[in-house]
Amino acid sequence: MAEPVLQLRDVSLSFKGIKALNALSFNVERGEICALIGPNGAGKSSLLNIINGVYRADSGSITFNGEQFVRIRPARAAHLGVGRTFQHNALFRHLSVLDNVLAGLIRHCRATIVEHAFGIGRDRREAREFNRRVDEIVAFLDLTKHRDKVVATLPYGVQKRVDLARALVGGPSLLLLDEPMAGMNQDEKQEMSGFILETNTRLRTSIVLIEHDMSVVMGLSHHVVVLDYGRKVGDGSPEQVRRNPDVIAAYLGTAH
Amino acid sequence: MSAIGTDAIEGFSATRDTARVTRDRLRVGSAVLLLAALVGIPLVANDYWLNAVLIPFLIMSLTALGLNLLMGYAGQASLGTGGFMSVGAYATYNLLLRLPELPLPVSLLLGGVISGLVGIVAGLPSLRIKGFYLVASTLATQFLLEWLFNQYGWFSNYSTSSSISAPRLAIFGHDLSSPTGRYFLTLATVVVVTVVATRLVRSQTGRTWMAIRDMDTAAAVIGVPVSAGKLKAFFVSSLVIGIAGALWAFAYLGTVDARSFNLDRSFQVMFAIIIGGMGSISGNYLGAAFMILLPILLDHVGGGLFGGAIDPGQLENLQKALFGALIVWFLIKEPRGLAALLSRAWTQLAARLGR
Repeated sequence: MAEPVLQLRDVSLSFKGIKALNALSFNVERGEICALIGPNGAGKSSLLNIINGVYRADSGSITFNGEQFVRIRPARAAHLGVGRTFQHNALFRHLSVLDNVLAGLIRHCRATIVEHAFGIGRDRREAREFNRRVDEIVAFLDLTKHRDKVVATLPYGVQKRVDLARALVGGPSLLLLDEPMAGMNQDEKQEMSGFILETNTRLRTSIVLIEHDMSVVMGLSHHVVVLDYGRKVGDGSPEQVRRNPDVIAAYLGTAH
Repeated sequence: MSAIGTDAIEGFSATRDTARVTRDRLRVGSAVLLLAALVGIPLVANDYWLNAVLIPFLIMSLTALGLNLLMGYAGQASLGTGGFMSVGAYATYNLLLRLPELPLPVSLLLGGVISGLVGIVAGLPSLRIKGFYLVASTLATQFLLEWLFNQYGWFSNYSTSSSISAPRLAIFGHDLSSPTGRYFLTLATVVVVTVVATRLVRSQTGRTWMAIRDMDTAAAVIGVPVSAGKLKAFFVSSLVIGIAGALWAFAYLGTVDARSFNLDRSFQVMFAIIIGGMGSISGNYLGAAFMILLPILLDHVGGGLFGGAIDPGQLENLQKALFGALIVWFLIKEPRGLAALLSRAWTQLAARLGR
């Protein structure tokens, strides 16, 4: 069996003495959709923040694509191929959809500021190549008709898709989605689920997502990890997790 | 999606495209016309117009462009503009004085580069602090530079009151000391810098700046080099402002000391970009025209209406009050300035013509 795209070993994190994550270990297999679930404050977002270097784990290690590290910087994680969308809207609000998605390619930019200033060297070739890649991903996510609009003017559901496009355009091997469907109505959720599934099957991107809607989670993911108070209480296929008494306890609030 | 639906959407975007093309043509056309007018002006304008109106207007536009790259595009507010202008002026002066074999454009550019390097140092605090605190640190830069050029005579070749005067301005033997010559030197510099800056803000470098401005935390996570981007913005901005400072000293005033580049100058440039439009290239010219032309207009109107009945000092205070009110109005009503107003007008005009 192929090596997992992401392995976490005994990852712990605390904020001012409060344990947010407690010796957490699990794997994300290559090509799977892995859902992180758990009540509010279980440590799900903190975990994503550790994987792409926004937070630093107190202990434990993370192995991404065979490379092990204790601490990684966000820029380095992005370079290695970790894409990320945000729970709260974090688009560049004064820019068009096109410019937002193009910004997702800045880390692939080799042309220097002098080449940009005078339109020499790699500048034109890179600009053409970047525009082509953006047009592809924009079409893939059905954003073509919004391409030149300023993102702040777009509906919330469309903005979430722009966020996904910006994360995808750089061709990440692992995509972290922090509540990609928060605040959406049923139709928008269905549409977004479709795009996530297509990303997984057609672009072969491994995905870790945080989601609260259980019907979405069960329908979409291959693998579910359940967190409660920073501990892992369940890890397996959606069916296994659904039958796990600890998970039921955590979710239904039975005595711990 | 049905074929009919697709057609409808393509048809829809096609009309949008035509409207945009019409608008872009209008904009490019008017820019070309404006440039032709600026080139032709010396044929009709007298020396007063060149010296007192057009040259300062062009240099103020260039300074505003420099600050706009930093503040409007990269979102790093600065009150060090006067300081960077003085670095450019004193550096170019020393290059012209000590390395007379260098051609004038090279000295101007090198003066700008020196100002850009000072800008990088002044920009280092931006890696840790932002907003109001960053403004305070650029304020320190402003005062430090003013003090430096006053205190150490070497920079002004030990002249009295630390002032510097323009050496003979010439390119390849052509004397540029006449008002027309200085005007064309300024115009050529402004055109070249504008073309380069426009390219830059539309490139990934410009996008890096705007990403940092709009959401720096998300920018870092998607792999935008935030620290390097900020320092590059400080470098390019200070470079442009430095060139503008040298022109202000030698193509406009002729003789300057560090007080020509004091905090008032920094505020004047900041007001120009707020009124003209932050994050816009054309806004710099609109804002600069406003800052330079409005006082002259008010002078004439005031003189004509009241026939000297009002004290000129009072008139100046009136101007300041008017500027203050306008800036408050713009910040509330149209934070994107005159450029946004004009852009809306273009779009409406294009829509009418496109029909």
